[in-house]
Amino acid sequence: MTVHMPVSLDEAVDLLVANPGARLLTGGTDTMVEVNFNRLKPTTVIGLRKIAALREFSISSEIIEIGAGVPYARMESGPLAEALPALAAAARTVGSPQIRAAGTLGGNLGTCSPAGDGLPVLAALDASINLRSPKGRRIVPFADFMVGVKRNARSADEIIESVTIVPTSGFQDYAKVGVRNAMVISVASVCFVHDRKSSSVRVALGAVGPTIIRPRDAEAWLAERVDASGVLPADDAIATEFASRVAAEARPIDDHRSTAAYRRHAIETLTRRLYLRSTK
Amino acid sequence: MSDTTGFYELVVNGQRREVRDSWVGESLLYVLRERLGLMGSKGACEQGECGSCTVLVDGDAVCSCLVLSASAVGSEVVTVEGLSADGSPTDVQRAFVDHGAVQCGFCTPGLIVAVHHLLDHNPDPSPIEVKEALSGNICRCTGYGRIFAAVETVVAVRKGVAK
Repeated sequence: MTVHMPVSLDEAVDLLVANPGARLLTGGTDTMVEVNFNRLKPTTVIGLRKIAALREFSISSEIIEIGAGVPYARMESGPLAEALPALAAAARTVGSPQIRAAGTLGGNLGTCSPAGDGLPVLAALDASINLRSPKGRRIVPFADFMVGVKRNARSADEIIESVTIVPTSGFQDYAKVGVRNAMVISVASVCFVHDRKSSSVRVALGAVGPTIIRPRDAEAWLAERVDASGVLPADDAIATEFASRVAAEARPIDDHRSTAAYRRHAIETLTRRLYLRSTK
Repeated sequence: MSDTTGFYELVVNGQRREVRDSWVGESLLYVLRERLGLMGSKGACEQGECGSCTVLVDGDAVCSCLVLSASAVGSEVVTVEGLSADGSPTDVQRAFVDHGAVQCGFCTPGLIVAVHHLLDHNPDPSPIEVKEALSGNICRCTGYGRIFAAVETVVAVRKGVAK
């Protein structure tokens, strides 16, 4: 029955080797709910909050790296928000200021809930997840990282260290629907990224499937309609058709938060809205 | 690094406090109330939705129900009890009383901490910034109008434009 608070990543990796099955903890906003409601009784916890390297980020024109322990509050405004507007938009929708002061991308990735607000952004930006173990660093594309509802490709001896993102040039944004504006878990969410360099649009859907969904067929359909300079046509008919194709690739279910039909409708509306916003 | 096995020390309101015979999963809220006798922070939802347990940890306003207590070793914890050095009400607390922003009072300690945190970082917030900053604190009595009025008064008094 021990709580370890390592101050370096190497120390944390050693502790995880020495304590197989230890619970890794960053902001605590998921884990402590489980504990408070007696759904989880941890015996050994490795808290990652005191590891300075996990709370840093770096931004260059080629690559953006965000430590797994950077709280959402630091993505809402400042350099990260300027570099990644979709991440900032998603960060602003996470819980309340208290939750955003604690919650992290590392925690979102560790939990891997389909409703995690950071995850559609990572999916749409084709982020890589950097995992650290005694064997060194393993880099996993987001598409291979999240494998199911609350299931991911992290091995038992690995710690999520950071995410890396290649910056895009063009509009990006995130929109979600919940039961009210503040303090809400996503019922359906869309991240929309337009990259002029590759003349592509990348879309990712949250809370409408077992994993974050990339509607690849709809993305390919739209790619054929982007001109060589990478400009998206400001065309209502294209926006509507694209949104309908995106919604068709969602795999929503009925549950205590919403119905499948409403979620599909919300995905269509949010996608159309984001598309038109991108052409303004 | 620090290991914690049943015994550890927290720094709460500037004082070192010993925590003994604890279970590893205890939240900071539980330890503050049940082990350290600091009853100001309230526990309601236990899942970070109501904000009534808001405290400052290393200067960040967080829900103490979602902080693993033993992970706060080496951090500075400030509760509603620690906002005033001499125990007299702060300007925020006085404004809450003056405006009738305290009704049943259960949400009040969390709101007071959240308002102090807001005004420490943004001394002249817009109405929308106040709403956003307090969006994690649920009050079922006031309808929030009196709370916003209290914040407005504190801002005005601190700026010297009202008394």
